Amino acid sequence: MFMAKMQNKSKTSDISLIDPMLVQAYTIQRVVRETFDTFSLELEPQSGGGEFKFAPGQFNMLYVYGVGEVPISISGDPSKETPLIHTTRAVGTVTKAMKNLKVGDTIGIRGPYGSSWPVKEAEGYDVVIVAGGIGLAPLRPVLYYLLQRRNKYGRIVLLYGTRTPEDMLYRKQLEKWRSRFDLETYLTVDRATGSWRGNVGVVTTLIGRAPFDPLHSVAVVCGPEIMMRYTVLELLKRGVDEEKTYISMERNMKCGIGLCGHCQLGSSFVCKDGPVYRYDNIKHAFTMWEM
Amino acid sequence: MNNESKSVIERKDFQALFDALSAEGYKISGPTVRDNAVIYDEIGSAEELPIGWTDHQEGGSYRLTKSKKKTLFGFILGPYTWKKLLYPPEKKIWEAQKSDRSFEIVEAESKPIKQAFVGVRPCELKAIGIQDKILRDGQHSDPEYGALRRNLFIVAVNCTNPGNNCFCVSMNSGPGVSDGFDLALTEMFNGKDHYFVIEAGSRAGKKILEKIPHRPAKPEELEQAEKAVERAASKMGRSLDMKGLKEILHNNFDSHYWGEIAKRCLTCGNCTMVCPTCFCCNIEDTTNLGGDRAERRRYWDTCYSVDFSYIHGGSIRSTDYSRYRQWLMHKIAYWQDQFGTPGCVGCGRCITWCPVGIDITEEAGAIREKA
Amino acid sequence: MENLERILTEHPFLTGMDKKHIQTLVGCASNVAFKEGEFIFKEGSDADSFYFIRHGRVQIETHVPQKGAIVIRSREAGEILGWSWLVPPYKWHFDARAVELTRAIVLDGKCLRDKCEDDHDLGYEIMKRFNLIIAERLEQTRFQLMDVYGKNAK
Repeated sequence: MFMAKMQNKSKTSDISLIDPMLVQAYTIQRVVRETFDTFSLELEPQSGGGEFKFAPGQFNMLYVYGVGEVPISISGDPSKETPLIHTTRAVGTVTKAMKNLKVGDTIGIRGPYGSSWPVKEAEGYDVVIVAGGIGLAPLRPVLYYLLQRRNKYGRIVLLYGTRTPEDMLYRKQLEKWRSRFDLETYLTVDRATGSWRGNVGVVTTLIGRAPFDPLHSVAVVCGPEIMMRYTVLELLKRGVDEEKTYISMERNMKCGIGLCGHCQLGSSFVCKDGPVYRYDNIKHAFTMWEM
Repeated sequence: MNNESKSVIERKDFQALFDALSAEGYKISGPTVRDNAVIYDEIGSAEELPIGWTDHQEGGSYRLTKSKKKTLFGFILGPYTWKKLLYPPEKKIWEAQKSDRSFEIVEAESKPIKQAFVGVRPCELKAIGIQDKILRDGQHSDPEYGALRRNLFIVAVNCTNPGNNCFCVSMNSGPGVSDGFDLALTEMFNGKDHYFVIEAGSRAGKKILEKIPHRPAKPEELEQAEKAVERAASKMGRSLDMKGLKEILHNNFDSHYWGEIAKRCLTCGNCTMVCPTCFCCNIEDTTNLGGDRAERRRYWDTCYSVDFSYIHGGSIRSTDYSRYRQWLMHKIAYWQDQFGTPGCVGCGRCITWCPVGIDITEEAGAIREKA
Repeated sequence: MENLERILTEHPFLTGMDKKHIQTLVGCASNVAFKEGEFIFKEGSDADSFYFIRHGRVQIETHVPQKGAIVIRSREAGEILGWSWLVPPYKWHFDARAVELTRAIVLDGKCLRDKCEDDHDLGYEIMKRFNLIIAERLEQTRFQLMDVYGKNAK
């Protein structure tokens, strides 16, 4: 605590022992423009030997020099230590500043924080992954994880809905997933022009027909809160157990470590008790307005 | 409580406490009068204490008045809490120096100062314990808070004269202390006799006590001190029935009564500023004009501000009743789910310093009644 | 005819329907196929039929000046297409176009409407089921209206 100058030589785990508000500097290696307002950053640690391990569903606090910090889910492959990948929408001051960064610029990282998707608990079950809009970003690590251990799971189904075809993330990857025989991928858009030949309709319309056994499935859902609410209702209607349904909540965070109080949702701190929640543990939040 | 280990120090020798603490290198903070209130600040001698002062508190009102007795601790509680000295309202966390296209973090220099708090009320002692759970004992903690706590010497003062807004008995946080202190005093003023029954609660406390002129307490002195504290327990200004309150609040989340309170509440956040357990903070990242230096600072924050909780669509608690409800429910109900105890210690500051005198005991009681 | 009766009897939409009523439906039913790009019905024309889609995909769309065709919903194998035949003035509100080769069972709505007037039991069975369809469409449309994903790409 009395170190006058901290070189960026420590690993993430060491730093948190000293002061959990210190950031690790990472360099932007690649910027991918996903849609008109969504982009992915691929990051490498500046100090050597960055052993960054995370569980699918966790997030980092990303710092833009002099501007601020925001929580962003990690959306890369959990089995690969680098690059560290974050996909985000430019909606606020910090994310808009982030969008202007170039390859070679620096981002500060703190994390990983938060709870994770039940990838271990889902072994032996069918897995239904329902993503809405940018909600596919926190779920992509689940797909990497499951597909690397394919024989441990039953049927794996990906249902992805966006506003229009142009809003879809990871399009090349979606094509690859669609061509796999061990994964069922269904895409839909809320509206489209004539050149889209796929499904048109809200993402909940894909649930009834998707090939999974509701009595033996684990569902993981991520997207805007309303979309998750409607999706869960549809899943429950089809017979999925609410104790096997998981969602990811979002709230503003200043510290990400349970000390600033901003992310509280009732009795829960979204940064520590979430962002991934089992549905039955958080369902009261869905009907209590302004909690 | 081991009565054999209790001693008595005379009023004339009270300064020796300060001298002993100074000699050990402690920076002493205690109550003192400033701007018509009793606040906590660095003090060097017993004479700086609010000698002969007391205060009168109601909902939305605080009056400092002269007492007939020249007691040192005859006042009740001022607007300041000890958290100001353990978790400062404003703090620089680190500085970053721009270098090339990256930056280097320089951690804010912080020396662990040895602090002594003289005059910690039982409710305040409990509040410090409540904040320990959050700021020191969680999975992530504030390193400075931990260091300050390790180097903190607490002189607690039992209450014999509770105020109108006090309800520590309801919250199991007073009017007497049982542990968690280095020294604990009960001030006894009988007109001609003015002395303090004192006990050490730690090795450090014993060490300091040895440097102060003292003698073993006589049985009748001990009895009177105990009785004084017992009497205080029966003179509480208010009470809060905590039985089953957590469930009642959870079940009445949608009560229309919150809207009734909101008609009066200004969402000014005074209650959060004077509450000894509120811990919410804001983190701000800035640069200087040239951009070559960046800073991260931490500030006290309040859940009453409209953008305290938001997602990119907008504020979560946009109505004032939702923010009042958040504060009350967090303090009484959610806190129990999160940390195992309520966040309220019954000090009554929120009642005193609310500009419109909203009373947490009354409002919680009303929700219970309307349930 | 036998084949159509089996298919309709097994279709989830008609679960619990009397054999007698199903046979009435069969009497109004026939097989139909649409080539890729072919219109199944057009906005404004008489709505005198509904379809059990057996294979392929149909897009429900409308034409907006300067924007071209906007697709608001797609229907696939296993789904029912068309409820306007039940609601006066019995006109289609949208275009329906086959996006790929589509095969369906078409039911003569005009004929069925008359039969429902004569046999109210049949009418009630049909109304009950289409009620669910219309309610579901309404809910999904409301969800679509909420525009939950925020600003769009174009």
